[in-house]
Amino acid sequence: MNLTKSLTKSLTATFAAVCLLASVSAVQAGATLDAIKKNGFIKCGVSDGLPGFSYADEKGNYSGIDVDVCRAVAAAVFGDPKKVKFTPLTAKERLTALQSGEIDVLSRNTTWTSSRDSAQGMNFTGVTYYDGQGFLINKKLGVKSAKELDGATVCVQAGTTTELNLSDYFRAHKMKFTPISYDKSDESAKSLEAGRCDVLTSDQSQLYAQRIKLAKPDEFIVLPEVISKEPLGPVVRHGDDDWFDIVKWTLFVMVDAEELGVNSKNVEEMKKSANPDIKRLLGVEGGKGKDFGLANDWMAVVIAQVGNYGEIFDRNVGKDSPLKIERGLNALWTQGGLQYAPPVR
Amino acid sequence: MAKLHTPHPDLPPPANATGVPGWVRRNLLSSPLNITLTVLALYLLYVTLPPLLNWALFNATWTGETREACQTNGGACWVFIQVHFDQFMYGFYPEAQRWRVNSAALLLILGAAPLFAGRVPSKLKVRLGLGLLVIYPVIAFVLFKGGLFGLPAVDTRRWGGLLLTLVIAGAGMTAALPLGVLLALGRRSQMPAIQSLCVIFIELWRGVPLITVLFMSSVMLPLFLPEGMNFDKLLRALIGVALFQAAYMAEVVRGGLQAIPKGQFEAAAALGLGYWKIMALIVLPQALKLVIPGVVNTFIALFKDTSLVLIIGLFDLMNIVHNATTNPEWLGFSTEGYVFAAAVYWLFCFSMSRYSQNLEKRLHTGHKR
Amino acid sequence: MTEQAASLPPKPPFWNDPHIRAIVFQAVALIAAIAFGWRIFDNTQDNLSRLGIASGFDFLSSSAGFDIIQTLIPYSAASSYGQVFWVALLNTLLVSALGIIFATLLGFIIGVARLSKNWLIAKLALIYIEIFRNIPLLLQIFFWYFAVLRAMPSPRQSLSLGGTAFLNIRGLYLPAPHFQPGSGWVLAALGIAIILVIMLVRWARQRQMATGQSFPVLRMSLALLLSVPLAVFWLMGSPLHWEYPELRGFNFQGGLVIIPEMASLLLALSIYTAAFIAEIVRAGIQAVSHGQTEASFSLGLNSHLTLRLIILPQALRVIIPPLTNQYLNLTKNSSLAAAIGYPDLVAAFAGTVLNQTGQAIECIAITMAVYLTISLLISLMMNWYNRQVALVER
Repeated sequence: MNLTKSLTKSLTATFAAVCLLASVSAVQAGATLDAIKKNGFIKCGVSDGLPGFSYADEKGNYSGIDVDVCRAVAAAVFGDPKKVKFTPLTAKERLTALQSGEIDVLSRNTTWTSSRDSAQGMNFTGVTYYDGQGFLINKKLGVKSAKELDGATVCVQAGTTTELNLSDYFRAHKMKFTPISYDKSDESAKSLEAGRCDVLTSDQSQLYAQRIKLAKPDEFIVLPEVISKEPLGPVVRHGDDDWFDIVKWTLFVMVDAEELGVNSKNVEEMKKSANPDIKRLLGVEGGKGKDFGLANDWMAVVIAQVGNYGEIFDRNVGKDSPLKIERGLNALWTQGGLQYAPPVR
Repeated sequence: MAKLHTPHPDLPPPANATGVPGWVRRNLLSSPLNITLTVLALYLLYVTLPPLLNWALFNATWTGETREACQTNGGACWVFIQVHFDQFMYGFYPEAQRWRVNSAALLLILGAAPLFAGRVPSKLKVRLGLGLLVIYPVIAFVLFKGGLFGLPAVDTRRWGGLLLTLVIAGAGMTAALPLGVLLALGRRSQMPAIQSLCVIFIELWRGVPLITVLFMSSVMLPLFLPEGMNFDKLLRALIGVALFQAAYMAEVVRGGLQAIPKGQFEAAAALGLGYWKIMALIVLPQALKLVIPGVVNTFIALFKDTSLVLIIGLFDLMNIVHNATTNPEWLGFSTEGYVFAAAVYWLFCFSMSRYSQNLEKRLHTGHKR
Repeated sequence: MTEQAASLPPKPPFWNDPHIRAIVFQAVALIAAIAFGWRIFDNTQDNLSRLGIASGFDFLSSSAGFDIIQTLIPYSAASSYGQVFWVALLNTLLVSALGIIFATLLGFIIGVARLSKNWLIAKLALIYIEIFRNIPLLLQIFFWYFAVLRAMPSPRQSLSLGGTAFLNIRGLYLPAPHFQPGSGWVLAALGIAIILVIMLVRWARQRQMATGQSFPVLRMSLALLLSVPLAVFWLMGSPLHWEYPELRGFNFQGGLVIIPEMASLLLALSIYTAAFIAEIVRAGIQAVSHGQTEASFSLGLNSHLTLRLIILPQALRVIIPPLTNQYLNLTKNSSLAAAIGYPDLVAAFAGTVLNQTGQAIECIAITMAVYLTISLLISLMMNWYNRQVALVER
């Protein structure tokens, strides 16, 4: 009798499990944006520790330019920059994590390439940082140019475009080298410091960031050569246009705001401005919220809560940060740089 | 008149065969080979021990606040551990909420203590043990996670350090044992379909390295699920660890099941017991008792394997120590960090193996003649 | 009527019939398993097409474009992803094979030491076992890599071992043998020597069966194996040339290099696994009852022959199954290489290739299939061995 009972029980349980499995398909959520609104936060993939770009302090608080991009998107969607959950990812994990839906947006100094945009199922939303690959080396070795690196041991992060450019560069210049690829940027830096490798290669911005993490930053220099184009920007999954638009336009809004002279401090005053461009940007006139499915003044909220592009740059990697990176290519197009955003209209 | 033989009282053993000299002779100097080995071993100790002790104890720096405190002598810098200690224990768990972790730990110690005491009646022990297995995880989860009873919620991303290691290990153990028993029963089942499903499951999990499993569970799993369905990263890692170890557990338990004589099954069936009753009341108690060492070995392996979550970016004890060694203000103290982490892991694993040896001795009933 | 009913219990209803229940239960389980598998497959297909991710194995033939630090077969950045797979697989197999050899040697030594009559040696072996098997392997790898091997000097201050080998933070540089024309003959001579040894062993066994006289097979075969190739080597005018490493530019060039990534992985794997092997060896030797030794002595066998003919064969029957399990564990544990940058299957293929192509499912599936194949092969060999040594009981 007992056997029957328990058997019936287990049969019922199995049957229930089958039904559950079959019914799961019925509760499919819609697009990324709906899921985000339902969850109440954005899942943002950032790097595993790169000062200036994304860095968690000892209490687990994140800061950096990539982090601020995610915060700006959160401000756009929820009006609150804190509604983000950051997931630190190694270079190797990041693309899979985005593809699979583990994160909603990848803001992790990722280079825009054709294969990532096509075969790998992603869409780059813009460029937050125009970069190029360089070399960081100990001064003691007396190397002045990357062309003198024949025979060197090079530390590089595994699974990056950097790894590919490195091979291309040495092949093109008929030089030999020994690569050591680590998963984590920390380990590359540690290895350079210990002398396991002669030179560390990465995007130049990252080299500056890595350098301040060394015990004796002054002993290391960045070589003058820039061996590649590295446009870095946030990435979303392919096939979700609403979400793509929001991330893309959050970036544009920050650049436009800088161009129009609107920043987090003067945004309230600027709402009274007579300039129609500013009025549109701040949602005073011809509200651009509904088109995105967001609040009418979301652009103003982004600027007020996170800041314009120039503010983010200066605070994280530029003149107000320990990195002190020049604007260079990342200056506005009006000032000889490449940062250019379509108009809000 | 026959002379009665009175044996001479025993002479004391020769002085050099008893006491310390006797022991030394027997155990260290019994043959030329033995003498050589003793000399070699003593030399080995002489070469390694003094520098080790000097580094770890006598020349070490114990007090201070910054790394400047430790730059004078060649000893270890335990200040590094001291400064980071809270971080190593709790990870990024908010400081104001750490009492919750402490009280959960206290509850565990209070609840588990009677299990190790000798005089508590065994019925109470069983109930207490079941309570710890079933109720305690719920209490601990609510305490850690919060969001109920006015406790502020703490995201699992902020769990870290030893806390996270213990959460993964504890949850893995409580899930792996019952799952492993079920799988082992399935593998020994008479029903061919059930049996082959269990064999496939067990062999698949045992055949692949844990880090590929963890990688799948951490970044690829959402690809296999319906769009939009997702759950916590820690939970996914937990499931990966638990299923992986359940497969190993199944093999251990199967060994025990195989050792139970067929007569036990037949006698139980003749008494009219059904399958589950035979298993639960007759076979499993005997089988599990036989495989205690194997089960504990699997637990120890699970405990050590929790360190692999470093590779998927969870900040367990291992990762948080590793991370602290890359802190630019504290570069160059890798050895101290690793030694500390090793000591913590060692303490847990060693006590588990000792406890199992104890238990094995106490439960060793009926088979001795 | 009533009497018959009492003697024959009523037939149970069909849902209580164990046979029918077993069939239903199995059918439900199978359907559940298949439904589960199908759902996963279907979801994956859906997700891949919705996200526009490429699938299939075409990527294996496209060019990889990155370099690898250690390659046992010819490889350059222009090689294909398929070639990366072979490079990575060979690296995994290399470190596993070396690890198995070292762990076995060390494990047997420690295991025997654990049973030594010498108290000090036995305790030292015990300490070794208890320390190393209770610390996570990953921690040990990190310790060797980041704490010990990082303390080596820079290339310019290398530790020189007799001017031919050098040790520094970049690895251990050894002279590399270069074979000149004529070494083929030496290889052929070695082959001939091996055939001779096999014949010798057969002949010796037959003779012992026939006459009872034993022949010093081991010594003779060693002599054969060494002398024949050496003689040919000398006759051909020593067709071997050593290439010594020398410091040029940044690094030592030439010679054979053992990179620290591999060295630390190998050290950690061997030391960790040896602790387990030692326990297995101890248990195996203790499983042979002391009566066997006494009986053997009473038959007049000396202690060497007792060990070789009586104890070892019986102990090995107990030792080998768990030992193979350890070998399997070691091979799977070698995947921790990914944490320190040794280009094994998981690091180079399931890591870098996966990332460059974005084809996670294919790369992980291939990687898992390789490990599964290795473990199934070892299991098959194990079963075969178990059948060979199984006690034939009357």
